[in-house]
Amino acid sequence: MANRFDVRSQPGFGTIAIFTFALLYLPILALVVYAFNGSESLTVWGGLSLRWFVAASQNDAVQDAALRSFIVAIWAAGVATIAATMAAIATTRVAPYRGLAFKYAFINTPLMVPEIVTAVALLIVFSRVKVWTGYSGLGYLILAHTAFCIPFAYLPIRARLESMDASLERAAADLYATPWQAFRRVTLPLLRPGIIAGFMLAFVISLDDVVITEFVKSGGQDTLPTYMLGQIRRTVTPEVNAIATAFLALSILLVTVFFFINRKKA
Amino acid sequence: MPEPAVPQGKRVAIEARGIVKEFGQGAGSLRALDNVSVAIRENEFFTLLGPSGCGKTTLLRMIAGFEFPTEGAILLNGEDIAGLPPFKRPINTVFQSYALFPHLTVWENVAFGLQMLGRPKAEIASRVAAMLKLVRMEELAQRRTDQISGGQGQRVALARALAPSPKVLLLDEPLSALDYKLRKEMQIELKRMQHETGITFVFVTHDQEEALTMSDRIAVMSKGRVLQIGAPTDIYDKPADRFVADFIGESNFLPATLLSLSSGVARVKLASGAEIPATVAEGLVPRESVTIVVRPEHARAVREGGQVSGRVENVVYFGTDTHIHVALAGGGTFIVRQQNSRNGVAGFQVGDAAGIEIAADAAQVLRD
Repeated sequence: MANRFDVRSQPGFGTIAIFTFALLYLPILALVVYAFNGSESLTVWGGLSLRWFVAASQNDAVQDAALRSFIVAIWAAGVATIAATMAAIATTRVAPYRGLAFKYAFINTPLMVPEIVTAVALLIVFSRVKVWTGYSGLGYLILAHTAFCIPFAYLPIRARLESMDASLERAAADLYATPWQAFRRVTLPLLRPGIIAGFMLAFVISLDDVVITEFVKSGGQDTLPTYMLGQIRRTVTPEVNAIATAFLALSILLVTVFFFINRKKA
Repeated sequence: MPEPAVPQGKRVAIEARGIVKEFGQGAGSLRALDNVSVAIRENEFFTLLGPSGCGKTTLLRMIAGFEFPTEGAILLNGEDIAGLPPFKRPINTVFQSYALFPHLTVWENVAFGLQMLGRPKAEIASRVAAMLKLVRMEELAQRRTDQISGGQGQRVALARALAPSPKVLLLDEPLSALDYKLRKEMQIELKRMQHETGITFVFVTHDQEEALTMSDRIAVMSKGRVLQIGAPTDIYDKPADRFVADFIGESNFLPATLLSLSSGVARVKLASGAEIPATVAEGLVPRESVTIVVRPEHARAVREGGQVSGRVENVVYFGTDTHIHVALAGGGTFIVRQQNSRNGVAGFQVGDAAGIEIAADAAQVLRD
């Protein structure tokens, strides 16, 4: 085509783009800036200070919640990634059969079910189980997070498997590799970027979750997000901004690390 | 058909016996292989030749263990291996896409099979070195496979498949991705490697020229059946039927009437009225109306005379030779191939009247 349609030359394109980006990033920018606020107020600027970062890091409740968030996220993302890897292999390394599309849908349905529904359902089930077993530890949270993390971990792993040349695994089998050896020596190394992506996505999703955690957690099992929610309900200080900013920094760090891992592999 | 001579070794290395392969079930099923039997001998360069969809790749995959026959047996040195998974068969494959492991170096790719077999490290090192030498890739041993060219990838794929010293090496159209010149070089290289290693090669291709150049014997396949098995000269000079004659090389087909038959030579009458001799393959009982085949290089265009005649329709220059297409008086086209000399091309112009002289023993009666 000689005269290609260029969306950028349409009237109003620039305005809409700027407005959209402003809407997305200005609030975050404001949050980060006020994390360094020296005053007690969320709206009145009182000079540049790190006092809220210090306060947050010295707050036992924050430390406690942050540690719990990490434990839950590591376990949930880890277990979800293993399950998702197996599911991805089982759904891509087979001859297509009737019912395969149904299985895709079945694995991905949790993405479509409103979180509140899952939350209420888990609350009901787990409260029964708590009564029967007497156990009320972190296991419930980990289990719940694992469940909603699986589809997030599954998607990148499946995408990677689908783009992988299946004849590589045939070549391994041809060269005397048993199915397990072929998986260990060929499939797994080539799948690694997908698995890391799946794990990180699941990790961030778990770290971020409020609704399901709020419903499932027992008393004294706040994660960082539910702790922040609790704080905001009471007195709000820029400490919440500081925690959120640290959170943001961690997310950016994870994404960057992942980007470099992937680039080295490719 | 007389059994053609095989250079060395008479023992059968691998045999497909009565192979039937059906994909799908019931009315919608597809018969990819229909009672196929081939016996490939030790140390033979054997080619499965046919158009795409003829079942040649399915047969190859069955020998490798990636497909399982619906009926029939795959015998390796007389033992049925049809039920064994690929990793239990002493057979290696050079894949069409090469399928080199992208996360491993050239050296590691070649060592893979030996490592899986649990061979000692020293043996692996010397064997890999020998294989890389055989394919002339010693210098690039530490390269990653995405840092080498297509032709080099081809060599690595060969070295990798040969390293474990398989009983049979399968090659699935391995040259199709290479350009013409490289392909020609690799054809000669492959022959050399087969000779040096003494391994049975089973080669799949749709390229008849490639098959004729490289093979000890060829099986011509079409629509899931084997039509003819024989040495390249047999296949070319004595095609069993019209498909083989048409698929391999160029052919002229002429309708004719059988006049007499004695000791393998028939006397036939062409539509033009001319009577010529035509060989009849052993075991073939021709009917009264037959089709005879004449290769383009076994006939000559002449100004006067000839057994059939017509008008020049087209003159195609090929460098070494020229093809003259003659529209026959009785219908149909006859192609004559004439070698060009230094004095120039055949000298016929489009529209010229031309006769065609068929060489004395060139015509052959086809199986219907």
